Amino acid sequence: MSTLFEEVPAGFGDDVPVRRVTLTVNGEQRAANVEPRLLLAHLLRNGFRLTGTHTGCDTTNCGACTVLYDGVPVKSCTMLAVQADGHDIGTVEGLASASELHPIQEGFKDEHGLQCGFCTPGMMLAAKALLDENPNPSEDEIRWALSGNLCRCTGYQNIVKAVMWAADRLSGTDNDDNDGDDGGADGAASDAGEEG
Amino acid sequence: MYPSRFRYEAPSTVDEAIALLAGANGEAKILAGGQSLIPMMKLRFAAPAMLIDINGIAGLDYHHSDADGTFRIGALCRHADLEKSATLAASQPTMAAAAPVVADPLVRTRGTLVGSLCHADPQGDWASVMVSLGGSIVAQGPNGRRAVAVSDLIDGPFQTVLADDEIAIEAVVPAAIGTRAGGYLKLERRVGDFATVGVAVSAEMSGATVSQAGIGLTGVGPATINAAEAAGSLVGTSLDAEALDTAAQLAAEAAQPRSDHRGSADYKRHVVATFVRRIGAQIQRSGQEAA
Repeated sequence: MSTLFEEVPAGFGDDVPVRRVTLTVNGEQRAANVEPRLLLAHLLRNGFRLTGTHTGCDTTNCGACTVLYDGVPVKSCTMLAVQADGHDIGTVEGLASASELHPIQEGFKDEHGLQCGFCTPGMMLAAKALLDENPNPSEDEIRWALSGNLCRCTGYQNIVKAVMWAADRLSGTDNDDNDGDDGGADGAASDAGEEG
Repeated sequence: MYPSRFRYEAPSTVDEAIALLAGANGEAKILAGGQSLIPMMKLRFAAPAMLIDINGIAGLDYHHSDADGTFRIGALCRHADLEKSATLAASQPTMAAAAPVVADPLVRTRGTLVGSLCHADPQGDWASVMVSLGGSIVAQGPNGRRAVAVSDLIDGPFQTVLADDEIAIEAVVPAAIGTRAGGYLKLERRVGDFATVGVAVSAEMSGATVSQAGIGLTGVGPATINAAEAAGSLVGTSLDAEALDTAAQLAAEAAQPRSDHRGSADYKRHVVATFVRRIGAQIQRSGQEAA
């Protein structure tokens, strides 16, 4: 089923033609008519009502709007919707299956990797791109990969732990463990203040 | 925020892109990575009537060394491609040092080296690196191609000498005569920030002696600075402490920093000198280890 999204005011459209874009979002084929200046973040949020993609700074700094563009993490506030034509977009809504959370989401839950949650979708997608490419990253590699995503509440310690948790789960090195069995890392209270 | 209205074109060949440029009377911009252009359009600092998206043009995403050692970077080669490149790590030390410190990881997945050069931001990292290497870009227009040295390309903040109907299709680093050595150091307040100061030092070594050198400075003037005198002072030396002091001082004099929220002019000059010394010493050390 196609979705039509018009941001075009009545009477406009002679000078700048509206473009029809067809793209895959979280595995589902979507289409929209868009003005070329429409940003990808706005198409996802306002057009497709996928509001898990957050717009934070709107100035290419914070990474809250991170989505996967053919599997590569990009800032969707810094791409045009027309650039997604023919491409595959992954948003945070596509992480979980119908019955269970993605291990990255489990990791953020288990390791208290969020407080207000605003940066979380971008963090999780940047983490997914990292783990797809490098299933066993070091702590430094995780910090490096997430360095384009800003968090203003928790400090980064538990976010990094969440990604390590997910890496362990996905690679099976932590197989069959129950929640909170990750070498004492569950003691979140004792970690408070580690990250200034 | 969203940009002013513009017409969007997505040509599939360079010739089509040039024809669109030629028909736009200087009112068109090329969209490659868009990581500087789109933010500027959102802030309405840039309001092109037409955006020519070249991302659909096949065969521009390469980077490779020719048989003679000439290194070529296509217009759609992303910063992240260079950051991960084994070819770059093996053959282009100055570039390999710069690639991981351009912007942040998300910007690096989209942004391009050639686009960064054409954007001509005085705080752009690649222009200094390319200036230090004697690099150039290949501009293609309706009448064919021409090479433009990066030191000549940029003629002011956010300004280049490219004609309205020319598109930069690749960047070129000439083959080194000796052994290529170099580094790039960047002082930034946080990851992803623009450089408070960036210094690129490239040298071609014949044994322990410098046969050719280049120094480019980021963020300390109205445009990328080619510290040619400082670089020239290194030629014929073995990068001993005295030679590095001389070059450091000349580079600091070549800088034209302004005091701002990132630091005072004096401080920035001091950092320029320090970075020249550090990279020089590092080249000298690695040469000794290799010997």
